[in-house]
Amino acid sequence: MFYREAGQFKTTYADDQAVFPILQDKIAVLAVIAVAYSVPLFANEYWLQAILIQFLVFALMAIGLNILMGYAGQVSLGTGAFAAVGAYACYKLTTNIEGLNVIVAILLSGGFAAAVGIVFGLPSLRIKGFYLAVATLAAQFFILWLFNKVGWFYNDNPSGTITAPPRELFGVQITGPAATPEARYIVCLTFLIVGAWIAKNLARGRIGRSWMAIRDMDIAAEIIGIRPLRTKLLAFAISSFYCGVAGALMVFCWLGSAETEAFDLAAVSFPVLFMIIIGGLGSIGGSILGAAFIVLVPIFLTNFPPMIGLEISTALQKHFEEIIFGAMIVIFLIVEPEGVARLWQILREKLRKWPFPY
Amino acid sequence: MDFLQAVFVTPFVEIWESPFFFIELVLVGLSTGVLYSLVALGFVLIFKASGMFNFAQGAMVLFAALTLVGLMEHGVPLWAALILSMAVMVVLAFVVERLMLRYLVNQEGLILFMATIGLNFILEGTGQLFWGSDVKRLEIGIPDKPFDLGPILLNTFDVTAAFIGAALVVSLAIFFQKTPMGRALRAVADDHQAALSVGIPLKTIWIAVWTIAGIVALVAGIVWGAKSGVQFSLSLIALKALPVLILGGFTSVPGAIVGGLIIGVGEKVAEGFWGPAFGGAIENWFAYMLALAFLVFRPQGLFGEKIIERV
Repeated sequence: MFYREAGQFKTTYADDQAVFPILQDKIAVLAVIAVAYSVPLFANEYWLQAILIQFLVFALMAIGLNILMGYAGQVSLGTGAFAAVGAYACYKLTTNIEGLNVIVAILLSGGFAAAVGIVFGLPSLRIKGFYLAVATLAAQFFILWLFNKVGWFYNDNPSGTITAPPRELFGVQITGPAATPEARYIVCLTFLIVGAWIAKNLARGRIGRSWMAIRDMDIAAEIIGIRPLRTKLLAFAISSFYCGVAGALMVFCWLGSAETEAFDLAAVSFPVLFMIIIGGLGSIGGSILGAAFIVLVPIFLTNFPPMIGLEISTALQKHFEEIIFGAMIVIFLIVEPEGVARLWQILREKLRKWPFPY
Repeated sequence: MDFLQAVFVTPFVEIWESPFFFIELVLVGLSTGVLYSLVALGFVLIFKASGMFNFAQGAMVLFAALTLVGLMEHGVPLWAALILSMAVMVVLAFVVERLMLRYLVNQEGLILFMATIGLNFILEGTGQLFWGSDVKRLEIGIPDKPFDLGPILLNTFDVTAAFIGAALVVSLAIFFQKTPMGRALRAVADDHQAALSVGIPLKTIWIAVWTIAGIVALVAGIVWGAKSGVQFSLSLIALKALPVLILGGFTSVPGAIVGGLIIGVGEKVAEGFWGPAFGGAIENWFAYMLALAFLVFRPQGLFGEKIIERV
């Protein structure tokens, strides 16, 4: 009844190519963004710090992995490593270059991550599938070992951790211990919105289509004139850029300080993989929904059993979490391989016809 | 310059000067390598029979070992616990086929791979949910005494483990080559449709192959658990088995064995002689880098069939 595009005519090319061609969608998205920006007005510090900022950081990372896996079809288990490159590069940049704007530093560190991503993406030109997964695992272990071993990366800090130095933007502190969660939330949110918008436009344009062609059938794609070398490496570069920026945000805006363990396989690579499987491979919106899901399940498990009067230990809770994640993955792969994004699409189709479906 | 010398000169001088240390490292490496091979075997079996890359093999090792230890802690004698854990692995094979594989027929390899990552988490969670997550000692009566063989120090445990591994491989080889079931398994591995058309029941085959992989996992879990205790890190050796597979080839049983031994020895020797040049702890990534080099220059591995398309 409310969700119909009848009467909305596209009269210009710009209208036709809009990200959200339907007016209701535009309004809904703007409303969501407005609500997201006004969240700091009523959310408390726990919510911002423990849930929302984490969600934003992981959503950005999931978009990055989805570009590589969902659109370009290249499996990667090295998300954590690329995020670590971003984080350590950002740390080195901000601590060694005086007066460098922190936003510029974060973007530059994304560039470093992209360069590393290209290097480890090179094997993708000869191998695919899980062979490639092993190659990216090599990246994961090697890079984390390197950051752990070579003192230069953490400025020979005796504790071996990297700590976000205090930096300001427009006179408001956004990193370091004195930064308020509200400010850090806004920074992450802006990164996510801009990142998602760029990713969406990349994915539906020429580049995204060439990625999908490579994913669906690489030989056919090559025949119609898509260069596998450039396309795959571009996917690795852009995906790693997103992961690198998210990694930098993870240390600078979420954790405050981190060691290499924060980026290991179980902490980053697998959860992000789950996010895009549950959210939907090849969908930007799905990455965000998947991230929300994966971040919320542990929170739910911590808070729900006490509510119904059940006391479970943290170890038990962790095992339940693992089982739930695993089961969700299997169920989604069997029932809806395209994830929550597809469910959302079905819901929208239903909504268009509501209340008279025939 | 110093670094180059530390990489290209010093290790060889050291090997020349202390050959017995080198041989000892090789032997230690071989004994770890046998364990890698055991885990890799499970991967190869499932990959051969269903073209499925079973990421959950490591979790199956953990799950099997946890079940065995858990039962023994409840006072079940070793032989009964062994039979019961085997039964559990058979039931697991049935459940996996019934609830998962059946619905994933004809899916892409990538989807299957991700499904097994899910299974991996389910198994890790369930195993630890039932039996707890603290380190458990597994006493199965393998003597663990060092003995001298000339100037070289050996360990009865490692020798026993090597024999167990060898026995397992020989019996698997006989099973695959001589029994009707083994022949059916190889037929399915070659071509699903052709196998179906001559009347080989695919579902039975899957259950059979997952059962075998489960039992191989149990053996690996017992040996590994007896060596270093049954704990969560057992499932991480699955990650070490991946480079073994790349090295040996995904479809080759001998490849899994040789690959495991090469990775085991390479790791220890690299750590012992080249480690200092890189600041130590290179064991963690050495295997992967070796695998990466193999992927670039010889993607089918040492013994694998050349099935990878050039892209």
